[in-house]
Amino acid sequence: MTETMVNLSTSDTLADSAGVKIQPHVSCHDFSVFYGDFEAVKKARMEVERNRVTAIIGPSGCGKSTLLRAMNRMNDFVPGARAKGKMCYRGQNIYSSDCDPVELRRRIGMVFQKPNPFPKSIYRNVAWAPKLNGYRGNIDDLVEHSLRQAALWEEVKNELDKSALALSGGQQQRLCIARAVAMQPEVLLMDEPCSALDPIATSRIEDLIHELKTRYTVILVTHNMQQAARVSDFTAFMYMGELVEFGETDLIFTSPKQERTQDYITGRFG
Amino acid sequence: MNLASRRMMDRSFTVLGILSILVMAGALLCLLGPIVIRGVNAFVFRATVEHRQMLAEKYGVGDREAVKRELAQAEQHRTKIYRMISAYEASLEDESYAMRREMGGELDELKDRLRDLLGPFPGDPDPILMREQYGETRWDRALVVKDEVIFREEYDYSDPSAMGVLVHVPRADTFEGTSLAPLFPYLENHLSDILRPRWTFYWRFFTTESYDAHFFGGIWPEILGTFYLTVGAILFAVPFGVISAIYLVEYANPKNPLVALIRTCISTLAGVPSIVFGLFGLAFFINELHVSESKSVLAGSLTLAVLILPLVIRAAEEAIRAVPKTYKEAALSLGAGRWRTICTVILPAAMPGVLTGIVISMGRAAGETAPIIFTAAVSAGGVVALGETLSQPTPALPWNIYNICSEHEAVNEIRHVQYGMVFTLVFLVLLLNSTAIWLRARIAKRLRGA
Ligand SMILES: Nc1ncnc2c1ncn2[C@@H]1O[C@H](COP(=O)(O)OP(=O)(O)O)[C@@H](O)[C@H]1O
Ligand SMILES: [Mg+2]
Repeated sequence: MTETMVNLSTSDTLADSAGVKIQPHVSCHDFSVFYGDFEAVKKARMEVERNRVTAIIGPSGCGKSTLLRAMNRMNDFVPGARAKGKMCYRGQNIYSSDCDPVELRRRIGMVFQKPNPFPKSIYRNVAWAPKLNGYRGNIDDLVEHSLRQAALWEEVKNELDKSALALSGGQQQRLCIARAVAMQPEVLLMDEPCSALDPIATSRIEDLIHELKTRYTVILVTHNMQQAARVSDFTAFMYMGELVEFGETDLIFTSPKQERTQDYITGRFG
Repeated sequence: MNLASRRMMDRSFTVLGILSILVMAGALLCLLGPIVIRGVNAFVFRATVEHRQMLAEKYGVGDREAVKRELAQAEQHRTKIYRMISAYEASLEDESYAMRREMGGELDELKDRLRDLLGPFPGDPDPILMREQYGETRWDRALVVKDEVIFREEYDYSDPSAMGVLVHVPRADTFEGTSLAPLFPYLENHLSDILRPRWTFYWRFFTTESYDAHFFGGIWPEILGTFYLTVGAILFAVPFGVISAIYLVEYANPKNPLVALIRTCISTLAGVPSIVFGLFGLAFFINELHVSESKSVLAGSLTLAVLILPLVIRAAEEAIRAVPKTYKEAALSLGAGRWRTICTVILPAAMPGVLTGIVISMGRAAGETAPIIFTAAVSAGGVVALGETLSQPTPALPWNIYNICSEHEAVNEIRHVQYGMVFTLVFLVLLLNSTAIWLRARIAKRLRGA
């Protein structure tokens, strides 16, 4: 996908209540993604704030994953996929030719729908990215720190050499979060991280997301509206590839501006 | 379809499945049983005192004094036989010329058979061929030769409409009434006193070179040659094969017609008869590239490598393709480049499959005969040192099995060597295959985290 964008503007800004201009952490402008001729995301616009949880909701097939994966250019690996418009990280268009996608993915980590730890030990899963990036500090400390952040340390501290595949689904997903966190990214993208988990594991991950936002900007895709309402500060509603409405979660869930949002939230479709 | 008939179907299919497995297992047993029994016979057999004498004299192994004592004990029986013969020879002097001529011929034949059995007579000049310096070293062969001493083979043409019928005529009939007549029952009764058979585990069969065209010694050069050729083939084929597989799975655009062509070529290569590879190896590696003056381990390895390349590529391709896409996604999302992803995540996860493919190709390379006929194998030869592999040909198990049974001047006398080689080759290949299974299970277990 090579819709090269010039003009690395820093004008994608948002006025906060005090009138001081702060920059959105991730933002998109008239951003579209095509699979061949099919437009899976249509001219989306949104601005994600730093250290907040932003949820993307919508019925399945509406393009949530596609939009999320566009944020760290994971769609590059999908044959036939291409992007159009502007997707900015810290004001810089990540689809411009001078953006290194590998470097970008180190800043914007990702957690997938199905837990996908490597078939290696727990320790080596977490240490994988830091080692790859030539981390200079003490890796053991970093592993412990990351596992603590992912609320997994207490459960696995005595068996770090065990294969990650021997963990339960919920533990595996937290390990994947720890693995992403160990890379010390700024943004964490999560694509339905709880959909393969049972309710208890789900609530642990939700608590975790709550804590993670103190350090990271979290963008969470979910088809579960209650989850979005529980954990997010901002919510984007997508429908058939369009980003219908974006705003503070409270407002979206109590007084949506768009009729389609209203219909979805009240369960008339989806 | 109702329940009853569905059950019927299920049951009959189960029976069919079990039956076919039984048939296969039976076939395997029929095949492996004789190989194992006869093969083991090459190195576990009843060795005669001649064998021990040969070992002591040629290899300097065994207890010389004990062998001497044994020979001395056998001596009394042997002397009796030799005395009977010289007595008969002396009595012949008094016979008529015609009689002397006729019986003299019979006697010479008898003496030759006895030499096969017991070694040279006292007073004989030292034979040049090692096989003539000793009597039968194996008890099973000795029994066969004993029959040749006792019976003369003749063709009976009395029925003119049929071809000659082979009959065994007792030599005792020929020498009836002479001083030689008691020789035959004596030999029959005292053969084990003369040759003193004893069960032996002759491990030197695997560790020594052959003497006198496999009449004595072992098959170490063949084993080593097979090892060189196999390892050489793997060394060449695996890097190429794995890299090709990575390219085909991870980099090549499947819609590209060139890639489709390459795939077709690989499939075709896998189906080419191995003799064609042999000729190709001769024409290309030796005549065209001049990797060596003539046949060499190097040329053979290269030829075998081309032969197993498609196998390696296919196995590696399948293994790489079987690695879950999610691993790759995870690695890429953690800021790894494509190459890093392949080296640190995809290849390790594909390792069990790749290794299995490699070991199975090793088995294939070890057993192939045709590709090495023109490129690497010689029928007689000693141990090739590692440094000589670039220029020297080598004996190798598959080729020498063929060679012994088709071109050796005395096949029947060294059948056991041939079976020993077959056994060794089958054992090596089975060993490689079970290593593959074991490795695969082990790595898979480690990956699963048990
Ligand atoms: N690799 C692909 N190739 C073609 N179409 C795709 C591909 N991935 C997704 N799509 C299509 O794009 C649309 C959005 O998909 P996705 O972003 O996965 O939806 P969601 O995550 O909201 O369920 C769907 O209609 C889907 O069929
Ligand atoms: Mg999705």
